Amino acid sequence: MAVASVGGEVAGVDSARPIALAAVRRGNLRWYLGAGAVLLVSIVIGASIGPAGPASWRVPLALIDHLPLISVDSGVTTAEWNIVWRIRMPRVILAALVGGMLSVAGASYQGVFRNPLVDPYLLGAAAGAGLGATIALTVGRGVTASWPVDPVVAAAFLASIVTVAVTYVVGASFSGSGGGARSGVTLVLAGVAVVSFVTAVQTFILQRNQDVVREVFQWILGRLSGATWADVRLIVPYVTLSAVVLMLHRRHLDVFRVGDEEAASLGVSVGRTRLVIVVAATLGTAAVVSVSGLIGFVGLIVPHAIRLMAGAGHRRLIPLSMLLGATFLILADVPGRMLSSPAETPIGVVTAFIGAPFFIFLLRTRRMT
Amino acid sequence: MSALEFDAVSVSYSKRRVVDSFSDRVESGEWLGIIGPNGAGKSSLLRAAAGLVGFEGEVRVGGAALSPMAAATRARQVAYVAQDPLIPDDMSVFDYVLLGRTPYVGYFGTESVDDRTAVVQVLDRLRLGDFATRMLGSMSGGERQRAVLARALAQEAPVLLLDEPTSALDIGHQQQALELVTELRQHSGLTVVSAMHDLTLAGTYTDRLVLLDEGAVSASGSAADVLTAERLGEVFHVCVTVDVDPADGAVIVVPRRGFPV
Repeated sequence: MAVASVGGEVAGVDSARPIALAAVRRGNLRWYLGAGAVLLVSIVIGASIGPAGPASWRVPLALIDHLPLISVDSGVTTAEWNIVWRIRMPRVILAALVGGMLSVAGASYQGVFRNPLVDPYLLGAAAGAGLGATIALTVGRGVTASWPVDPVVAAAFLASIVTVAVTYVVGASFSGSGGGARSGVTLVLAGVAVVSFVTAVQTFILQRNQDVVREVFQWILGRLSGATWADVRLIVPYVTLSAVVLMLHRRHLDVFRVGDEEAASLGVSVGRTRLVIVVAATLGTAAVVSVSGLIGFVGLIVPHAIRLMAGAGHRRLIPLSMLLGATFLILADVPGRMLSSPAETPIGVVTAFIGAPFFIFLLRTRRMT
Repeated sequence: MSALEFDAVSVSYSKRRVVDSFSDRVESGEWLGIIGPNGAGKSSLLRAAAGLVGFEGEVRVGGAALSPMAAATRARQVAYVAQDPLIPDDMSVFDYVLLGRTPYVGYFGTESVDDRTAVVQVLDRLRLGDFATRMLGSMSGGERQRAVLARALAQEAPVLLLDEPTSALDIGHQQQALELVTELRQHSGLTVVSAMHDLTLAGTYTDRLVLLDEGAVSASGSAADVLTAERLGEVFHVCVTVDVDPADGAVIVVPRRGFPV
């Protein structure tokens, strides 16, 4: 018997080659430390560059000076420090939160739907936010100027969540009682339909209120300028919650890679787990979109770039998406400030400008190896 | 007590009944082959036992009913290999087989050293030890099939369900895969139920055959009892001759030209 004789050549179970778990963990740690270091450097770079303010090389010194127990003479005046801390830093941190969130949401959506073309806006988070913002801007700033919360942000956030919920309900109701294998595809298709509908409503409103077209268009392009610590505080709870939940589902996302049916046969409650992941990713996406507008490309390209560099396993992909997505958007925001100052280049344009060639480069080098 | 018991199992897809009140007892360590034409209900029956489709009646493993079980508990009782499993190209063999430990890992937990050890053992038993760090996409069809089996074995379930385990393999790999299942069954007392298309292979490797036709049992018993030219002609609408190898009594089904009468 061929099989038995082959078996004879193999060493017994006792001499099993240990799959070096320690080596895997060390490999992961190297990636996380590396990505963490790159993020830290990009934060310093982001805080150091900008029109007005202190000389760039003084900013790192000033940042060190403000660490507890350390005192360095940076030569940065209080007024200059205020520019760094009140104007640049919130913008950098907001970029980090938005970039990290969009990337990790993109990675999770791609994982849970096993579809590489999916981005965090798939189920309508962006279209809903756009409609919400359009309605708020149409009603008018004048009416809402005295409100404690920016109505554009609140409306975008709410409309974003409502839109995704509608997509989910529509998708779930058509995927049949079995759920399982088809529901992922049905949900994606429901997303396409709902997004078209919502976008049509938005276009209709805009067509009737042409005075806000410019404002809405600017909002859609996405921006990080004018970010304040209040913006950061507003989205931190949602982003944190979302990130924690997605981190806790890294293993589940790996199980999803073998298909809904196989995942179910392995004891995973496919529908429920997918819902938890989608809700978490949507909550975070809705929060960042409502503050920063629609910054495209990040959620699609960053996770793919990481897959090409560090492998497709979600245990590494999810944390690296957070760290490197944050890094990417901080750095992408820097030329936006410099390029055509004082009028800024929209961040969404910059992300595509930098991201597309970089991604093509990665694809190419990866092909060749 | 039988290892796997089907008690009047019926499966329906939107009112169309594809398995009609199927009952059978599979003894511990037995290999039951399910044969029948396309659409006879073979896959649906296996999918019901794996908890992937709703069904009426009951499936019991070691006397315990599957339908009230939590998904993870059930996955520790029944391992299932789909006909055409989705195999991620850029996943390593080790990580893939490690997925078989999913039923043993808590919701927020991660695989323990024991889980990893179990995977290493399964890989070695299936002669995949040297492939552990290879990506699935770089492996041949036969090697992948072994990896899929390894993943199912890592579940350490007493019952293994195989849906067309050899349909994508050439004759050599078909034989290797089936020999492997035989070996594993003898080694660990695994109870196997497999849906199969190749009647000769089904007759050769399994202990017992059930012939399904439009969701109902048409015949059940040894290969010699079930695989008769007349019955196969009726159910499959095919013209065959059935020979018996005088050396070992193996039943050989040979297709012939012409239409059955």
